[in-house]
Amino acid sequence: MADTLPTLLLAEHDDASLNPVTARALTAALALGAPVHVLVAGENAQAAAQAAARLDGVAEVLLADGPAYAHRLAEPVAALGVALAPAYGALVAPSTAFGKSVMPRIAALIDVMQVSDVIAVIAPDTFDRPIYAGNALQRVRATDATKVLTIRTASFAAAGEGNAAPIRAVADAAPAGGASFLGEEIAASARPDLSAARIIVSGGRALGSAENFHAIVEPLADALGAAVGASRAAVDAGYAPNDWQVGQTGKVVAPDLYVALGISGAIQHLAGMKDSKVIVAINKDEDAPIFQVADYGLVGDLFEIVPALQAEIAKAKA
Amino acid sequence: MKILVPVKRVVDYNVKIRVKADGSGVELANIKMSMNPFDEIAVEEALRLKEAGKASEVIAVSIGPVKTDETIRTALAMGADRGIWVKTEEAGIEPLTVAKLLKAIIAAEGPSLVILGKQAIDDDCNQTGQMLAALLGWPQATFASKIVVGEGTVDVTREIDGGLQTLRLALPAVLTTDLRLNEPRYASLPNIMKAKKKPIEEKSAAELGVDVAPRLEILSTSEPSGRTGGIKLASAAELVAHLKTAGVL
Repeated sequence: MADTLPTLLLAEHDDASLNPVTARALTAALALGAPVHVLVAGENAQAAAQAAARLDGVAEVLLADGPAYAHRLAEPVAALGVALAPAYGALVAPSTAFGKSVMPRIAALIDVMQVSDVIAVIAPDTFDRPIYAGNALQRVRATDATKVLTIRTASFAAAGEGNAAPIRAVADAAPAGGASFLGEEIAASARPDLSAARIIVSGGRALGSAENFHAIVEPLADALGAAVGASRAAVDAGYAPNDWQVGQTGKVVAPDLYVALGISGAIQHLAGMKDSKVIVAINKDEDAPIFQVADYGLVGDLFEIVPALQAEIAKAKA
Repeated sequence: MKILVPVKRVVDYNVKIRVKADGSGVELANIKMSMNPFDEIAVEEALRLKEAGKASEVIAVSIGPVKTDETIRTALAMGADRGIWVKTEEAGIEPLTVAKLLKAIIAAEGPSLVILGKQAIDDDCNQTGQMLAALLGWPQATFASKIVVGEGTVDVTREIDGGLQTLRLALPAVLTTDLRLNEPRYASLPNIMKAKKKPIEEKSAAELGVDVAPRLEILSTSEPSGRTGGIKLASAAELVAHLKTAGVL
């Protein structure tokens, strides 16, 4: 019976630590109703596997550790997923750059149509997902025996910790070549990860320059202990790096507090943040669409309001 | 080397879509349609590679019902050499099926590079390129922000979570484009006229040996629960007070 088979969750991690989106995707995986195994693929990824084993609800952690999985290139990780697939009823991953790259490869090789960006599990074969940048929601029933899902993690709460699931090593799948790693530029940041942050401060085109973005958005973020985001316009203009982009094609976030500075609120941006619990917008244009989704709006010059806001926050925290 | 660029006809980027009242889908009648923006970036990149002497021919492919040829014609007006149209009864062919159709076309055409948009802005699936690469057994690089073609290889810088990653792929390979790979050109009037004479070959899914029956059953389409605008405040102090009350500070 296909529906009694366990679920395999592909962990998002960097070998040394488990990305918090994994715990959120786990909540979605557990909602399928079958036992959940977590696959940690990497090189020297023991620490990430141990972190996965602590997540509540995990029945077993599968650790594929070796040079073949260094940097988690899509080809070898997909080959591993395909090798493991027959034992599973569902294969699940968070909708991260890694999950998005690997899961469709697995799905195609086992002839399954993937359900991307699941925001709700209605039944083990029925899911809600956003289309048209979140301007419509589709409820789909997956008719393939095996389900392949990517999870929009902002829509699920993180599973707790306190478990001690067993860790089992799995052997390498046949090497899948063709791609090799040349290099990586990952910005080291003391700030929380954008996709898991409790507070996000985002800047838009109105910042006017990279210098202003640095001088206005980032100090406010640091005063709040927040992650920094940006609109597409700000990224395209070079004010902020690409991986800060929030929106339909960037990161989709749902923090407790989202502060939009000088962001007009294009539908593609709203698609990435409108599920935030509390939205604050600061913009000089009182007709900006961002105010239609904001709980609290301040109309005015952000170059005056933000420093004042920072002073008030400092006072409030004192 | 040949470059194949699959392009999709979608509701224009600037159109605010409406969900049909009976929940059967999204209103598509009399709506402006355009080439998926990520696919425009893919066409542009292929044309730049041809202009740089790295490619000999750029072939645009699209899959869909009547009027899909308009989207292929757009690619031809940008500068693609010829088109292939897999004509189907319905729009909205699933990515897995699209990947199978493309695989069959690739078997006949033998391109060294396939460049696709990373996702279509209608179904937002982000699957087709990866599925195609898997079915072909080719390496892939998704979310490309820089492409450098070498001898038998291509170096691709990818936008990943947290930064950039650079991969070297052996050709043939599949690439998908991200927003900042390039700025697509507008077709000039003379090129739009010239494009009318460029060939578009029609094919059917049946002759390519692919079953187009969907695997996902769409049960309903609905409006997301809307957010209503809140209140406008007069000062930063007022804002901080509200945020404290809301318990988010």
